Amino acid sequence: MELSYLIYKAILVASVLGVSLLVAMYSTYAERKVAAFLQDRIGPNRAGIFGILQPLADGIKMFMKEEIIPDVSNKVLFILGPSLAMITACMTSAVIPWATDIAVNGKNYALQVTDVNIGILYVFGVVSIGVYGVMIGGWASNNKYSLLGAIRASSQMISYEIAMGLAVISVVMMTGTLSLREIVTQQHGFHWNVFYQPLAFVVFIVCAFAECNRTPFDLPECETELVGGYHTEYSSMKLGFYLFAEYVNMFISSAIISSVFFGGYNFPYMHELNLSQNMLAAVGCLVFFAKISFFIFFFMWIRWTLPRFRYDQLMNLGWKILLPLALINIFITGIIMAINNNFAF
Amino acid sequence: MQSLTGRSRIVVNKKMNFMEKLYLPAVMGGLMITIRHLFRRKVTVSYPEQTRPFSPVYRGMHVLKRDENGAERCTACGLCAVACPAEAITMEAAERKKGEERLYREEKYAKVYEINMLRCIFCGLCEEACPKESIFLTNRITPADYKRENFVYGKDRLVEPFDPSKRVDVSERQTTQVKEFKKHKEYTHNRLF
Repeated sequence: MELSYLIYKAILVASVLGVSLLVAMYSTYAERKVAAFLQDRIGPNRAGIFGILQPLADGIKMFMKEEIIPDVSNKVLFILGPSLAMITACMTSAVIPWATDIAVNGKNYALQVTDVNIGILYVFGVVSIGVYGVMIGGWASNNKYSLLGAIRASSQMISYEIAMGLAVISVVMMTGTLSLREIVTQQHGFHWNVFYQPLAFVVFIVCAFAECNRTPFDLPECETELVGGYHTEYSSMKLGFYLFAEYVNMFISSAIISSVFFGGYNFPYMHELNLSQNMLAAVGCLVFFAKISFFIFFFMWIRWTLPRFRYDQLMNLGWKILLPLALINIFITGIIMAINNNFAF
Repeated sequence: MQSLTGRSRIVVNKKMNFMEKLYLPAVMGGLMITIRHLFRRKVTVSYPEQTRPFSPVYRGMHVLKRDENGAERCTACGLCAVACPAEAITMEAAERKKGEERLYREEKYAKVYEINMLRCIFCGLCEEACPKESIFLTNRITPADYKRENFVYGKDRLVEPFDPSKRVDVSERQTTQVKEFKKHKEYTHNRLF
């Protein structure tokens, strides 16, 4: 392994991590702004121009708060919980292809940390580990409300993971690969998967909301019912990590939705424009981030539109509606593929 | 019952049909409603920079007026303190010395005049009781503070500035009705016991 390769990977990892943290940081700001605007308010506008320094102020506030570890809690697990939530949130971004290859000194560099040939499987694996962060945190708090919140959270996440996985299977059947890079490349131009798999997209995005614990599926937190959910006992930056991990997750799921269903960095007429290779990568990257921003906005938009589900409604939706829908979608996809492959029209 | 607004709906617990069970059209409708609010005019008043218009008779922070020559009008008669239902006003009287005619209008003046803003209920009875047109409630808001002691306002914060351009304008409060009312003080608080 040569040095330039290591440097290129190090820069890529650092910038992906930095960008995802930065985007998550400003998602908290955007969330408050969007919430305010949807409610005919102005939102935070005191820290810096337009309140642009608000996330920084929030971060400082979080760090300055008194850190309380309950005496009866399991200290190791108590600290492990938020760390795990944060690590898993950041890990997923490794397989996302951010743009087409760029050429530096005649060499091609892929703008993807690692092209695992089982990219989607990796994403699901890491997301599943994310449940442990919630579960361990709730368990280690030694508080019944935290535990209740954690149980609700983990059963919700596990239930919706199934429908989510099945929704993606139909896409995988079509593309014939699990590598995210391949899936994105196959959607070149305007051949986005959402036009071929609208049902899978709906199921996937609903499940993504549930996975990120966002309204209308924010039962793990549900301020109005539980004392605060699985992070009742958490304070200071450990609480901040849990809340921040939610925003990182939101960014990552927006990126996954964009790349699996909305063509990632692809945009219409991308090859007809005759752009140079690096220019194409830059524009593609911008397009990708525009798509991600839209989905982050969509997450927030939904949050301030829909009320929370009741728990039995949540389980009904997950097991009795989304799971059968995903299965039917796989079935239909299979039939259409069989017809297409065996009969030439 | 008759609907006066025309906005009420009669709720029917009928079974939902297939389209309603899908929820997606309803969700889209909700999203359209919220997105319209994104472009609405905001109702926020950014307080310290913007203020709402006050009524001309708004009863806010007190002011102790000076007369046209800049002398304090208050004679420490104590009628405001007597009238005050919250017992927020205290004062200490003193006699005017020679050479202080420019500072105090009459021979007696208030050496100390304190209003406890935490006790004050801003009823305006002090203003009504005052025979010398000295104390007025204004449309200024009593600012918040971190310490209770700072809410006891002395003469330094109550007496209006000497500079004629910085005087507190209370002309809007002194309408003809108010002036007429004040002529007949025997009907109100400062009748002689």
